[in-house]
Amino acid sequence: MKKYKFILTLSMILVLIAGIVSGCGVNKTNKEDSKSKSSIQKIKESGKVRIGVFSDKAPFGYIDENGRPQGYDVYFGKRIAKDLLGDENAVEFVSVEAASRVEFLETNKIDILLANFTVTDERKEKVDFALPYMKVALGIASPDSNPITSIDQLKGKKLIVNKGTTAETYFMKNYPEIELLKYDENTEAFNALLDKRGDAIAHDNTLLYAWVKKHKGFSTSMDSLGQIDTIAPAVKKGDKELLDWINQEIEKLGEENFFHNAYKSTLLPFYGDIVDPESIVVEGGKVEK
Amino acid sequence: MGYEVLFNGKNMERILVGLGVTLEIAVFSVLISMIVGTIFGVIMSSKNRLVVLIGRIYIETIRIIPILVWLFIFYFGLTKLIGVHIDSFIISVVVFSMWGVAEMGDIVRGAITSIPKHQIESGRAIGLRDIQIYMYIIIPQSIKRMIPSAINLTTRMIKTTSLVALIGVIEVLKVGQQIIESSLFNNPSAPLWVYAFISGLYFIICFPVSTLSKKLETRWGD
Repeated sequence: MKKYKFILTLSMILVLIAGIVSGCGVNKTNKEDSKSKSSIQKIKESGKVRIGVFSDKAPFGYIDENGRPQGYDVYFGKRIAKDLLGDENAVEFVSVEAASRVEFLETNKIDILLANFTVTDERKEKVDFALPYMKVALGIASPDSNPITSIDQLKGKKLIVNKGTTAETYFMKNYPEIELLKYDENTEAFNALLDKRGDAIAHDNTLLYAWVKKHKGFSTSMDSLGQIDTIAPAVKKGDKELLDWINQEIEKLGEENFFHNAYKSTLLPFYGDIVDPESIVVEGGKVEK
Repeated sequence: MGYEVLFNGKNMERILVGLGVTLEIAVFSVLISMIVGTIFGVIMSSKNRLVVLIGRIYIETIRIIPILVWLFIFYFGLTKLIGVHIDSFIISVVVFSMWGVAEMGDIVRGAITSIPKHQIESGRAIGLRDIQIYMYIIIPQSIKRMIPSAINLTTRMIKTTSLVALIGVIEVLKVGQQIIESSLFNNPSAPLWVYAFISGLYFIICFPVSTLSKKLETRWGD
């Protein structure tokens, strides 16, 4: 009996060692390979650019009823693919979540991150931001029956936020006494507000405008908390070549009013006339606050 | 009415494809867990203290650290460590299999050690070899004792697969969220219909499995 168990244990250990050894063998060639080639060269060789976007954050990144990615970020992503590889379909949109989107970049799962990513000093330590293509401020949406018009009103109440967003960071840093209900996904967060699990939701005002427009009984009761921030593409820290290319691309697109056209195609149907495009769109990377 | 959100465009097809992904992860993980977990459980019932200690450490490590953290460790951490991109689907199967092997191993170990010692001693007394004791005394009784728990583990694995969305796998629940999000502006009741439908799908898959578990428990009850 002992003999059988010994053989069984030994064989499992050997399989484990073989797996580790073969794994290490693969990785060495990979690392050597990646050092010798530039990021743009690698993208061109693969024939597609991998762009991280949200798949559940309409109207910026979402999947339509036919299973196709849509939204403001997706519109920009397709143009990047067209100008980089000559074909707007030469793009793989990778679905990311707010809480783990930086890791997708850091571990080369994606080449560019366009997941409605607000520029912050903290994030600058982990990724390199290109020029901005959008302006945003934090807002609060709440039921009309019990509107939250000042932060003081949130004391003793539950505020809904998404994990890994600027809303979470802002309230944890500046108002630690406010109770936060944190959700991984946007859909869950907005459903929590609909279900009255929280008293209000803090999110990018751009997203809140679109949401309250379609949900009677809710309004953006505060639409500019703290400072006005910008949203920009992000690349892996130190990837200067790709960063420079994106910056040049944004400047070039500014000359043809690309982002205003993107607004008309993707955001206008959601916002209608309740939002001034100039309060959102950044053209050519130049922010006019 | 609201339920039409399920039939708009390719929504129904997308939900079923997502369900396929969920089931693929679950089925692969369950199969690996059952096979490797059984071997692991046999090893864990060993008298060798070192082997048992290593096994115990493995089981407790898997149990203490949440599955979501394991998914992140393997999907992001492994890539950072060895510089190789491994597909999120494969990582999901690996992590769920690791969890399943630990749980299944403990179930098998528990089933084996619960068999009264006098039965094994009686087997020896009538001249059976160790392998025969395993084949004719331990394994048949262990299977009866562990199958209900193993089936219960299967349903837990099916339900927990929704976590894989956080490493980019588009499974049934994530598809549901995408459908809700794209139609939420035009159809505020979308969450109710989509989640109700997906709950129904989970029920259709898990209910027969848990019913089988109850039946076997009743039939094989002491």
